Amino acid sequence: MSTIFQRKNVIIAVILFAIAFPYLTDNTYYIHIMSLAFIWTIAVYGLNLLAGYTGYLSLAHAGFFAIGAYSIGLLTVKAGLNYWLAFILAILITSFLGLLIGLISLRTKEHFFAIYTLCVGYVIYLVIDKWDSLTGGVRGLIGIPAPANIGPISFQTPVSLYYLILFFMLLAVLVAYRIVNSLTGRTYIAIRNSEELALTMGIDTGKNKLVVFVISTAFAGVAGALYASFIRFIGPEVAYTTVVFDLLTFLLVGGIGTLTGPIVGTLLIVWISQQLQFLQDYRMLIFGPVLTLLVIFYPRGLVGGFYAWKMKREHKRAMKANSAKSSDSAIGAKDQVKEG
Amino acid sequence: MKLKIMMLLSRLIWEGAQLLKLENLTVNYGSFTAIQNVNIEVAKGEIVVLLGANGAGKSTIFKTISGLIKPAEGDILFNGSSIKKTSADRIVKSGIVQCPEGRHLFGGMTVYENLNMGAYVHRGKREEIKKSLNHVYDLFPILKDKADDPAGSLSGGQQQMLAIGRALMSKPKLMMLDEPSVGLAPLIVEQMFDVIQQINREGTTILLAEQNANAALRISNKGYVFESGSIVVEGTSKELFSNDEVRKAYIGA
Ligand SMILES: Nc1ncnc2c1ncn2[C@@H]1O[C@H](COP(=O)(O)OP(=O)(O)OP(=O)(O)O)[C@@H](O)[C@H]1O
Ligand SMILES: [Mg+2]
Repeated sequence: MSTIFQRKNVIIAVILFAIAFPYLTDNTYYIHIMSLAFIWTIAVYGLNLLAGYTGYLSLAHAGFFAIGAYSIGLLTVKAGLNYWLAFILAILITSFLGLLIGLISLRTKEHFFAIYTLCVGYVIYLVIDKWDSLTGGVRGLIGIPAPANIGPISFQTPVSLYYLILFFMLLAVLVAYRIVNSLTGRTYIAIRNSEELALTMGIDTGKNKLVVFVISTAFAGVAGALYASFIRFIGPEVAYTTVVFDLLTFLLVGGIGTLTGPIVGTLLIVWISQQLQFLQDYRMLIFGPVLTLLVIFYPRGLVGGFYAWKMKREHKRAMKANSAKSSDSAIGAKDQVKEG
Repeated sequence: MKLKIMMLLSRLIWEGAQLLKLENLTVNYGSFTAIQNVNIEVAKGEIVVLLGANGAGKSTIFKTISGLIKPAEGDILFNGSSIKKTSADRIVKSGIVQCPEGRHLFGGMTVYENLNMGAYVHRGKREEIKKSLNHVYDLFPILKDKADDPAGSLSGGQQQMLAIGRALMSKPKLMMLDEPSVGLAPLIVEQMFDVIQQINREGTTILLAEQNANAALRISNKGYVFESGSIVVEGTSKELFSNDEVRKAYIGA
């Protein structure tokens, strides 16, 4: 009971901090970095639902991010659509393409799925890069408008944009939270556990996998659309495979298959790599080994590791309390770490 | 005319009593034939046992009935209609559930969550699920005590109880149990078989795969003995129990 309460407090504290953040600093660069980190966080939550909870590692995620970004870019710049209409359409387009690609790629499993989606991601990159007449190719797409006013609220200043992005990020967390804590979420975990076993429970695994695939692409689409209107310029490199590996790093460091992992990992890595900017590409010399060690010793990331540590501690405490009561109760002791 | 109607009626009754029928079933894994031309009939309310050594094909039969593997030839009739082409999830919905061998549980979930997962096909029907849950808790009180424990922390016997309980949560007409006694202490095996019998008395037809012929034949109505994918002996449990070959191979007397 007390842990739920604590977790709630932590979440409230984080939200309050995020809301207060623009008032704690007048450095717009920091606000810029934080906004960007929130955008990535949205995408990582999508990846987490699919790869973390359902066990399907999609490496096409950056491709869908790019589809979201280019959709809103083209719809506003070339088609001259109303911003929010374009925003909604961008998400729909991304989800629809997600549906089509999901139908095909979910015929594969495990590493074949990862490899297949890696190829899909690369094809998306190539299409954007080579389809010059539509996407502008390597020159990219410039002049993407910032989010249009909603009534009296305008998003022209970095701080107001920050709050808009924060809103979408919190929405993404809420949606992920609701999914994970529902029967649907447990269905995904069941599929991750064993697809055959899930089938013997009467779970339509095919349908469920497709739905979560589409949901994850929708997250990527939202993130991409926000990115495009935040940076105002996009090039094919947003679809490049390094982006998906960045997202994956955020997820692994934070904790794959945990609810707070995506935000912890993304914020941490984004800020650390900002601090280490002076090292330029040598940063990877630090990140590489640290990531490797983390994956070896904390396969569920920092958040997963933290919960394991806490469970162990609580368990020890319970044992102590027990052995104080009766000295022979230690016999049935088990060292269980609850996952999921 | 009267005779014809009588015949038709008796046929209807006869077929109505047949819950599951495997007709000339053949199952392949690639080029390897695991099940060859097998015929099995399970009547409503029965306990039917499949006996056979390791690799005889018992689990393959179960997986085929469950829709996890599609047969190469033959047909599977459930309540008179073919389920050969039905998908695995729909087969569960129609009332066939399998409790797979090796007590596969959802390790990251609690005992309660595992049971809840078993009621997936009844999702949304809160009252119904609660009833089933209480039923399972009545059969296996230990599961109630451990409801919030991670499934992975249970002992072997408790895990088997959870696997059976979870299968029961779907309220099956036919429950298939794949070697429920394997690796359990004799006393627990006895308890387990008592519960299986009770589940059967409450109206669930049971198809049981076992190597423990002694215990299985004691509670079952009839049985089939498998050897490398084919039925070699079949008969009532009484017959099988006194069959010399069966005694030699499975009872050790
Ligand atoms: N996935 C598979 N691919 C190829 N061959 C398989 C596969 N599963 C089982 N077999 C083979 O099919 C045959 C029957 O296996 P099955 O698992 O049905 O036997 P079983 O009677 O359940 O044995 P046990 O008592 O050991 O569980 C065996 O020869 C086995 O090697
Ligand atoms: Mg078997």
